[in-house]
Amino acid sequence: MLSFVLSRLGSLALSLVVASLVIFAVVQIIPGDPATFMMGLNATPASVETLRKALGLTGSLPVRYLHWVGGMLSGDLGTSYTYRVPVAGLVLQRLQVSLPLTLFALFLSLALALPAGILAAARRGRGADLTVMGFTQLGIAVPNFWFAMLLALLFALKLHWLPAGGFPGWKAGVLPVLRSLTLPAIALALPQAAILARVMRSSLIDTLGQDFIRTARAKGLSSGQAVRRHAVRNALIPVLTILGLQFSFLLAGGIIIENVFYLPGLGRLIFQGITQRDLIVVQSVVMLLVAAVIVVNFVVEIAYALIDPRLRRQA
Amino acid sequence: MTLLSVRDLQLSIHRAPILHGLDFDIRAGEVFGLVGESGSGKSMTALALMQLLPYGGTSTGRAAMGGENLLALSERRMCALRGREIGMIFQEPMTALNPVKTIGDQVAETLMIHGAASRRAALEVARERLDRVGLFEERFPLDRFPHELSGGQRQRVCIAMAVALRPKLLIADEPTTALDVTTQAQILDLLKGLVEEEDMALMLITHDLAVVAGMADHVAVMQAGRIVEAGPTEALFRTRAHDYTRRLFAASDHAPARQVTRTEKPLLEVAGAERAYTLPRTRPFGPQSHFRAVKGVSFTLHEGESLGLVGESGCGKSTLARAILGLDVLQGGTIRLGGEAVRAGHHMHRTMRAKMQAVFQDPYGSFNPRWTVARLVAEPLHLLHEPPADPAARVASALEEVGLVPADARKYIHEFSGGQRQRIAIARALILRPRLIVLDEAVSALDVRVRAQVLDLLAELQSRHGLAYLFISHDLAVVRAITDRVLVMQAGEIVEEGETGRVFDAPAHAYTKTLVAASPRLPPDWREDDAARQTVV
Repeated sequence: MLSFVLSRLGSLALSLVVASLVIFAVVQIIPGDPATFMMGLNATPASVETLRKALGLTGSLPVRYLHWVGGMLSGDLGTSYTYRVPVAGLVLQRLQVSLPLTLFALFLSLALALPAGILAAARRGRGADLTVMGFTQLGIAVPNFWFAMLLALLFALKLHWLPAGGFPGWKAGVLPVLRSLTLPAIALALPQAAILARVMRSSLIDTLGQDFIRTARAKGLSSGQAVRRHAVRNALIPVLTILGLQFSFLLAGGIIIENVFYLPGLGRLIFQGITQRDLIVVQSVVMLLVAAVIVVNFVVEIAYALIDPRLRRQA
Repeated sequence: MTLLSVRDLQLSIHRAPILHGLDFDIRAGEVFGLVGESGSGKSMTALALMQLLPYGGTSTGRAAMGGENLLALSERRMCALRGREIGMIFQEPMTALNPVKTIGDQVAETLMIHGAASRRAALEVARERLDRVGLFEERFPLDRFPHELSGGQRQRVCIAMAVALRPKLLIADEPTTALDVTTQAQILDLLKGLVEEEDMALMLITHDLAVVAGMADHVAVMQAGRIVEAGPTEALFRTRAHDYTRRLFAASDHAPARQVTRTEKPLLEVAGAERAYTLPRTRPFGPQSHFRAVKGVSFTLHEGESLGLVGESGCGKSTLARAILGLDVLQGGTIRLGGEAVRAGHHMHRTMRAKMQAVFQDPYGSFNPRWTVARLVAEPLHLLHEPPADPAARVASALEEVGLVPADARKYIHEFSGGQRQRIAIARALILRPRLIVLDEAVSALDVRVRAQVLDLLAELQSRHGLAYLFISHDLAVVRAITDRVLVMQAGEIVEEGETGRVFDAPAHAYTKTLVAASPRLPPDWREDDAARQTVV
């Protein structure tokens, strides 16, 4: 198992290096001169040159790359051109919203999807299955911003249970933060839960058709026991794969929901960075998101190996 | 004393009748054999007794055991009986165990699920039962996972699991069909020993008459959902009162009439063939180890000759076959076909490929289900320099050669039975008029009667076209029936080579002796009555 983790860590490091090279190349080299691009058409050559210096675009490519990577490793992501503050602080601030929101949504999604998927598979073709399948169909088809607006209308405007938007900040305490994130997390979680429940169902149905389930039944396990003790763990691999994808998606992909609930999250930061041509912000946030995806994949692979002993030695 | 008494067992699945009123009895401590071809309802009989029928299955009738009718019990009561009173093992040991649980946990679970022991005590019993089935602590600690075990070892775990609570009846559904002959002999010995020691009855379901002949006290022969004949094993096989039993018996060691087509002209020359695979490193930066699948194999196959290649799974038979067919590269040695070197990959010329064709084991998986038979059979024609003027006529004649009709060309593969599919595979191999056909376990998945027909067909095609066969099989009886010479392969090496009859009747190498001894055979004197009866009739 240790050698498996080490080899995965090796490939994690390699992926990060490759990703940073690609992002560096795309942002700094391919579109032409970033300073000119950021300043717009009416900039004077002198101000472009000043910006080039500020952006660190003056050295050779390898020097610039090493400077950028070294900065990131020491926590210095540069200074935002539009906000005039260090990007690291900006990102950290936004992560305080996006990370808890993502985890909250994933937790809700799992809490809904696993029981629903297991129930549907165990009662395949019967009422419970049809009900679950009907709801998941709805969950996948309806856009989540519309869910978000309905939730806000009902729970915030009508019932006044939860705030309709905004983020109070962690200084206000855990409870207000959770209250402000509940509706967005539900809105983000519902479509994800629908997908996850379907994956869980089909994976479990496949597993239930396998020989070792018949063996378990021949030992005297009831069908419910066979599901709980033998099938679920075997069916989790595809669920984990989807879960890993969902984490990466939720971290930055919640921009519409962030807008509906007026949350200062990562999605909005990157959107603003793009519209304001603030390449320093864009480059840093993209690198951060890519790193998150790679780290999540690493965690998912370790989880695979924990679930299935056969995967532990395929280093 | 009768342990299980079955009367008028009927079964239908989605209203389609499967079993038509079975009657049989199993006595305590006896081995009861249930034989028949695939689809005859053997497995469904077992699943009906266990009440583990597939979705849509309903059974009626009586199956009395210990004063209860198994067919009328509640699911709750059946759960209490399964594993405790009736244990069951299945055909495919590779998939019969949960891959994510240790073998100790899986054996102990039988005890824990029935509340027979605490976890600690259950694990102790599991240890003792695993020892009993021959998996001793030094090599097989309880925390081993199934994927670390071979097929035979996994079947032993399944047996340990099934007999953990010392049930009165063990149902074994084709328990050795997926195993090598030597492993099969060991597992059958183990089962026999358990029956004697634990006073357990064994219901042995198999398609293999020789296996049942060596094991069962009583036997019932099934055909199409009915028991056509039942009785004490030896008497039943000696008399063979029912026509179906006679046909099964005759087919089980059918030897087709063969004409000698063998010449002295070498067709396939393999010299010093080497193939090794890289194994994953056991630790990071550790030494890279290799598995030598084929170790310096040399042999010659002559024009028109039928050469057998026998050995157990993993001995390198199929790796060698792939190299011969040019599907896999060799790391050393040469293969020449008709004097020209066979080289895998794009170096291999189409005309070389056209000279040899292959037929594989699985008649279900080796065809594209979306193609018509015409297209499937015609596929090798692209290897020809000039496409034939009338491919449809070529397809029609190939189909006729294998005993099908030209109209079959318009059908899809799912419309055919396993035996017919194997005929289509042979037609596909024949259409180019190759010099050599490699048959890799080509009749292993077929029932005995179908297998006999396909062997007849192969013998006939060989004498008609002077074909050479490389016949790869684990089944010595089949190899004896269809080959002139045989190569015995063990762990990547040819350990014995010679005329088939001589090698099997008087094996020289220790491994060949083991193989021959392990192969189940019908006692030769059982068939003597045959000749006697025929003279009376």
